[in-house]
Amino acid sequence: MDNFNYHRPASVDDAVKAAKAKPEAKYMSGGMTLIPAMKQGLASPSDIIDLGALKNSGISAGATLVIKAGTTHAEVANSADVRKAIPALAALAGGIGDPHVRHKGTIGGSVANNDPAADYPSACLGLGATIHTNARTIKAADFFTGMFSTALQDGEVITAIEFPIPKKAGYAKFPNPASRYAMVGVFAADTADGPRVAVTGAGAGVFRASTLETALGKGFASASLAGASVPAKDLNSDLHASSEYRAHLITVMAKRAVDAAK
Amino acid sequence: MPAISMTVNGQAVCGDVEGRTLLVEFIREKLGLTGTHVGCDTSQCGACVVLVNGKAVKSCTALAIAHDGAAVTTVEGLAQDGKMHPMQEAFRDNHGLQCGFCTPGMVIASIDMVNRLGKNLSEDTIRHELEGNICRCTGYHNIVAAVKAGAANM
Repeated sequence: MDNFNYHRPASVDDAVKAAKAKPEAKYMSGGMTLIPAMKQGLASPSDIIDLGALKNSGISAGATLVIKAGTTHAEVANSADVRKAIPALAALAGGIGDPHVRHKGTIGGSVANNDPAADYPSACLGLGATIHTNARTIKAADFFTGMFSTALQDGEVITAIEFPIPKKAGYAKFPNPASRYAMVGVFAADTADGPRVAVTGAGAGVFRASTLETALGKGFASASLAGASVPAKDLNSDLHASSEYRAHLITVMAKRAVDAAK
Repeated sequence: MPAISMTVNGQAVCGDVEGRTLLVEFIREKLGLTGTHVGCDTSQCGACVVLVNGKAVKSCTALAIAHDGAAVTTVEGLAQDGKMHPMQEAFRDNHGLQCGFCTPGMVIASIDMVNRLGKNLSEDTIRHELEGNICRCTGYHNIVAAVKAGAANM
């Protein structure tokens, strides 16, 4: 791993100031993706701005569920508020990586990284979340802009994720057995605006499956998905799964997500 | 190089590190505590798991400098007064290891599991909770038996 200058700011303002002063700086939250990427030489920032001292973690439930960016996956998975308001989100967080990764990895880090096989982006898009940053709020639909890319500007940092509370929601994933990342993960939500289905792991980035949403318009039940499918065109194809197999898995995982919804 | 200090196995320690020095490198190379192993170095195998402020983390995927002031427990810190920790004892009694390379991480992860979930662990729970720890010898059967027995004795 290439060496770097290390900063540990105590406030969001100081973090943004430090990031803006160094064009090749990177924020680090839990480091569960950044450190492995740096070891492999896929990232070599000049400066690491560690957000750990911001102590920006915590969850508040009201008309919406607000999770601060530095909240770990373990904290989300075990939160009574999350389990009550959006049980699918707690279940999703409890299935990320493994227990040790969940102790370090954070929701803000995962969302900012937008790994095409990460779990959280599907919940953000599936629920129509709002991403809060130091500068503004961004709708999930506008936030995830492609593989590892987001609407975040240079130096902009996520402070919290705000989730509307659905009538019910479920998440099901087919994990890669080694990495625990989703080969295909589907977040299905029955919301005030109708059914929403977001897919991770299958494409270049998280996306909504409009054919499955239309099918669920007949009723939020797995039976409504009988015969429904997602085109394999443009889906990922690699040594783990062909695009056709991933397309098949999307419908299977969508049915499981709907069946698991509560 | 910046100096950091932490408490490792109850002892105050300090040392100079680079930004890129991993927690596991600090533990093994600066402190000479080589019980914590590096298996995959890609965050998957769990041989490097230590307790940081009471929680299991992968020390190969943590910067030492980010842990200035932390309390760390490694496998060397488990035995008390020459007597093995009940989880270590259970791994011996149940033949929960063959080559032993994954064992320090397995033992620490298992103690973390008990700390979070209690002493009465089902086989399903143990297998699920060991997802972050890979063993290439045992087939896990005796590890699961060891965790179950060790948990009951903690």
